[in-house]
Amino acid sequence: MLHIENITKYFGGLTALEDISFFVKEGIIEAIIGPNGAGKTTLLNIISGIYAPDKGSVRFKGLEINNTSPYQIAKAGISRTFQHVELFGNMTVLENIMVGRYLRTKAGLFACGFRLPSASAEERAIKRDSEQILEYIGLSHRRNEKASSLPIGEERKLEIGRAIATEPSLLLLDEPASGLNEVETSDLSFFIKKLRDQKNITIILVEHDMRLVMDISDSIVVLDFGKMLAEGTPQEIQNNKLVIDAYLGEDEEVCL
Amino acid sequence: MQITNRNIFIGFSIIIIILPLIFTSSYSLSIATFSAINSLIAIGLCVLMGYAGQVSLGQAGFYGIGAYVSSILSIHLGLPVIFACIVAMIASALSAVILAIPALRLKGHYLAVATLGFGEIIHIILNEWGPGGPSGFGDIPRFNLFGFVFDTVMEYYYLSWFVVMIVMAFSINLINSRFGRALRSIHDSEIASNAMGVDVPKLKIKAFVLSAVFAALGGSLYAHYVTFISPSSFSLFQSVLVLMMVVVGGITNLWGAVVGSIIITILPELLREFKEYDILVYGIILILTLLFFNKGLVPIVIEKLQKVKP
Repeated sequence: MLHIENITKYFGGLTALEDISFFVKEGIIEAIIGPNGAGKTTLLNIISGIYAPDKGSVRFKGLEINNTSPYQIAKAGISRTFQHVELFGNMTVLENIMVGRYLRTKAGLFACGFRLPSASAEERAIKRDSEQILEYIGLSHRRNEKASSLPIGEERKLEIGRAIATEPSLLLLDEPASGLNEVETSDLSFFIKKLRDQKNITIILVEHDMRLVMDISDSIVVLDFGKMLAEGTPQEIQNNKLVIDAYLGEDEEVCL
Repeated sequence: MQITNRNIFIGFSIIIIILPLIFTSSYSLSIATFSAINSLIAIGLCVLMGYAGQVSLGQAGFYGIGAYVSSILSIHLGLPVIFACIVAMIASALSAVILAIPALRLKGHYLAVATLGFGEIIHIILNEWGPGGPSGFGDIPRFNLFGFVFDTVMEYYYLSWFVVMIVMAFSINLINSRFGRALRSIHDSEIASNAMGVDVPKLKIKAFVLSAVFAALGGSLYAHYVTFISPSSFSLFQSVLVLMMVVVGGITNLWGAVVGSIIITILPELLREFKEYDILVYGIILILTLLFFNKGLVPIVIEKLQKVKP
């Protein structure tokens, strides 16, 4: 579904990513792990079009998407969440989801301004679909509250809800468990699996919480200082000598 | 009673309808008409600034384009005023697109300076090449529709406020549609709205064009009301005035644009008795408003009213 080929990215003199290649199969949860500064978020930003790679290509469903702007990539079916939550803070919880529906609706400026029947019908559909998504992520009771007033756990949920409102086939999650407590994290792991199994969404997950990663991933890519260190199933990664030295540490108990 | 846009809209319409029964002098009706014309420019700027988060100091430019194009077409080509007005809005929209494509790459202060430059260019063009140059021209026909000429001040008062209410309804609908939500989302997090599939540059251009069209509509109504126009009405000072209207009324609420326009239009008239000190008093009132009501009047009043409710 997603081919990453020889991706290299420089920031000034710094090489953020060097010659990264891997392939994400449809219908799986692929985790990208690595120490801070390994280039994980940079890679997500390249896939979602925020950065253009200096070398290499990204192909999504056979289509080359490097040098494509983020909104077109969203249209192609890739959505994402952010490491530092980027909700629309002054809008309500429901409205945040409704913005996600923007992409899949088409009423024009005049139709909206004069509230033509076509626009009104579409608006009702947007509302209905968004309410359904709120129900799905379990935030219906917060519908009319400002997004900025939510606690971090619900903020992260809402970000995922907003992302699935765009009907993605590939969802990029950037550290969705950061800031969550243990209960919320296990809740999240259940929810991510549900997205894969019920909604058929392929997921790329950047995460530091090793328990979550090892629990839900089908495949793992390990980055270290912008280079690819290893790739494999959770089992393989946990037994990989290179990965243990560089990242997981000698004492596996601490991380697992 | 709940404070919904619908309720404010109905209340406001009633006030507009009965106001001429209370203030019958043509002087007060004339000020009310100018308030309506200013409201049109302010509503456009409010959509642009309060919702799309883009600053413009060049709205007088679009206002001027509206007034001049509409007047010239109706005088020299004998075009019915309504068509002249529509062409003026299209001309303003086109100039907004030409300005927006390079200018909206800029942000904040830089965008403000770029639009200020645009306003000044239009002002200079009107001065140099406009009919009558700096002294302007007259004999502009009054607004007429299907043979009905809006001759009296009261007729024009109703016409201009009717237009304001239509523009207002349009804008409220827009803000509460997918289009408006996308605009507001840009304001909160441009990076996220882009990632959610909002074509941010295109949407900003649309908001900019909309503000230019509303300003041109105001310009056309102005020209066919006063029947004599000169470039001095479309200077930087007018752009700043409109900015003040939006800020005083409350940038985050469309009704703020209308309330702000009324206040800023009436204030100089009320300050007549201070004679040459009027500018001083005017300035002090504005500074105090911004100091103590920095969200703008309308959002603060709505907040207060909502607290009163049980």
